[in-house]
Amino acid sequence: MPGTIQSVERAAAILRLFRSRSRRLGVAELSSALGLPKATVHGLLRTLRQVGFVDQDAETGKYMLGAGLLHLGAGHPDANELRALTLSGADALAVRSKESVRVGALHGDGVLIVHHVFRPDHSPQVLDVGSMLPLHASALGKVLAGHDPLAAQAMAHTDLRRYTDRTITSRRALQGALARLRSRGWDADIEERVVGEASIAAPIRGRYGLTVGAIGISGPVERLCAGGEPRPDLVAYVQAAARSVADGRTGWGERGGKANVM
Amino acid sequence: MTEPQQQYVAAIDQGTTSSRCIIFDHEGHIVADAQEEFEQIFPRPGWVEHNPLAIWDSVVHVVEGALASGGIDRSQLAAVGITNQRETTVLWDAATGEPVHNAIVWQDTRTDQLIEELAGEAGQYRFAERCGLPLATYFSGPKARWLLDNVAGLRERAERGEIKFGTIDTWLIWKLTGGPDGGVHATDVTNASRTMLMNLRTGQWDDSILSAMGLPRAMLPEIRSSAEAYGTGRGVLEGVPVASALGDQQAALFGQCCYDVGDAKNTYGTGSFLLLNTGTDPIFSKSGLLTTAGYKIGDQPTVYALEGAIAITGALVQWLRDNLGLISSSAEIETLAATVEDNGGCYFVPAFSGLFAPYWRSDARGVIVGLTRYVTKGHIARATLEATAWQSREIVDAMNADSGVTLNSLKVDGGMTANNLLMQHQADVLGVPVVRPMIAETTALGAAYAAGLAVGYWGSIEELRAHWHKAAEWQPQMDPAERDREYRQWKKAVERTFDWVGRD
Ligand SMILES: Nc1ncnc2c1ncn2[C@@H]1O[C@H](COP(=O)(O)OP(=O)(O)OP(=O)(O)O)[C@@H](O)[C@H]1O
Ligand SMILES: [Mg+2]
Repeated sequence: MPGTIQSVERAAAILRLFRSRSRRLGVAELSSALGLPKATVHGLLRTLRQVGFVDQDAETGKYMLGAGLLHLGAGHPDANELRALTLSGADALAVRSKESVRVGALHGDGVLIVHHVFRPDHSPQVLDVGSMLPLHASALGKVLAGHDPLAAQAMAHTDLRRYTDRTITSRRALQGALARLRSRGWDADIEERVVGEASIAAPIRGRYGLTVGAIGISGPVERLCAGGEPRPDLVAYVQAAARSVADGRTGWGERGGKANVM
Repeated sequence: MTEPQQQYVAAIDQGTTSSRCIIFDHEGHIVADAQEEFEQIFPRPGWVEHNPLAIWDSVVHVVEGALASGGIDRSQLAAVGITNQRETTVLWDAATGEPVHNAIVWQDTRTDQLIEELAGEAGQYRFAERCGLPLATYFSGPKARWLLDNVAGLRERAERGEIKFGTIDTWLIWKLTGGPDGGVHATDVTNASRTMLMNLRTGQWDDSILSAMGLPRAMLPEIRSSAEAYGTGRGVLEGVPVASALGDQQAALFGQCCYDVGDAKNTYGTGSFLLLNTGTDPIFSKSGLLTTAGYKIGDQPTVYALEGAIAITGALVQWLRDNLGLISSSAEIETLAATVEDNGGCYFVPAFSGLFAPYWRSDARGVIVGLTRYVTKGHIARATLEATAWQSREIVDAMNADSGVTLNSLKVDGGMTANNLLMQHQADVLGVPVVRPMIAETTALGAAYAAGLAVGYWGSIEELRAHWHKAAEWQPQMDPAERDREYRQWKKAVERTFDWVGRD
């Protein structure tokens, strides 16, 4: 197997040795079972412990499978948890940008709108929580595809339907766009799905830096763009909102945000 | 960078578990925020106390913290407003500012014996005709009486005028304006309306209630409006007008811009508080709802509200999480509920400690009814959320029966508004739109609005209304016949809770 990384293989071997939740093993047992020096085993265990895959019994000093392993996948909030997490950050973004805000998460082969905040302008608007957007033709979708391997996989298997003249329908062009997006941390769609409309989005990162969703604004091109490019002030608001969710801040507070005076 | 002339309004939100300071700009947007928890003291089962000096320290910290985090100087504050946990009672020495005892918190039930004695032959509603409240352990008057009876020598000192009484707003106004060194001893009409000692019609202390409860008038603060400059800050807010005070639920009513008769808000936390603006005449409830002052702006007439409190709403979601382990986070209940189309015939009435308004049955206990082999945990999750919506509907119906006022729409805030399924169901069972505002911190916002109005930072209520924006709106979608059928089922479920424990 070319390209395997020895320490990953060894870590996997250690985890397999525990077999059951209740089994406890010491460094000496592991080292003889694997035929590895104790120091090597020790180093592997230390890293596994840091990421929560093994725990150490306080009394005996022996190791066991960690809680982090049992909750693999719990790093991803479900759609309703994501809404609860983004509630106040999304409001703050709508107030600042004066545009409507949507939070999206990967669902099947598209983006599910899990949260929607109206544009603060007294106009009648209809809640569109539960509706879907295409991955390749929306800022929310491209941000997910650029940061979440599952979304990238989903996009690889879907038909890149053309919505407008500006929809990106070539896989190569899309790869290029996603690479650019990854390096700058946000993306926009300018009339790629609906003529006259634009959107700007950034990834929401959860535990371990994993992308768990995307947050963005949308509106008419005249308001969101200047000189054919997304307005930098709006981009900054969107990025700040995404960060505030990741940090668990309220999203309010332009200068320094929430102070913890404990 | 902050321009030196930029002016803001600060709100101090002094809650049951934490103090918070939020600074707002002219558009009503939050520019800075700080929060600090303080100690809850449980000397005995059923007793809950706070140290008034610890509350004061936490308030000073959060004011300093918010100013620092916003890079704002106190000279940039046009006014400061106060909103507070209601009914919690403090007595202190007028000369030294030393509290004579810890504050007795609204949740504290030590006055239950006293309440029974006071009710006597006349019953729980003995004073309701004047103060709008039934005798219950929550309210401040009996708490003050307990202190006079139990702290040695206190009654004599109070009668000599050496002791001051206050709810938390009063304590903070006095401390902020200088304490023993010229501090203003005042309360606002909304906080006074939670003491049982105020005559709701006159807005003044009621001598007959005072003498029935055995409280000397000398220790009471002056009752002022909710929005006027009570005095000028000293120390941490040196020079800043202290210009509003409102109980937390009334502040939320004001922050939600419920300025017209028929406007109502519901705050969905561990429990829920639904308040309906009923206009400038108090409506005395026949359904056991509370009648309360909603707000009073300067010398304009007092606006009254009917209040319905629901003990268990978010707490039921927590119960599913902590006691049954059906979900691992509160938000997950929606995911579980969405695995099914409807409640599958299952209803959950969380009468964990009896039923409150409009039933008032202490013999009731919680039930889950309609169980069949078909019912899954998804149906139970749905029934759990629906319970919050139906309990709110029953409060709204009682308010309508009392006042003849019909609801136009329901404005909502609090943690449970993150739950889309619940909000939709709430609109469905009420048959009116449910609206969530953009600024979720409605309590602090209400205090800031009132303070800003008092000093002319904002010109009028109309101006405030223009700041109010919908963040989301849920329209009723349920077929009315279906709604009526479900409501009948719910009421049948409620009946099943009656007579479970012996009445005492
Ligand atoms: N998405 C959700 N779905 C259902 N319930 C929720 C959701 N999010 C939060 N809750 C419930 O809302 C409550 C928390 O709301 P909030 O933070 O407004 O209350 P609080 O300020 O702690 O309560 P209180 O002010 O009543 O003491 C909890 O009971 C929690 O279970
Ligand atoms: Mg709260």
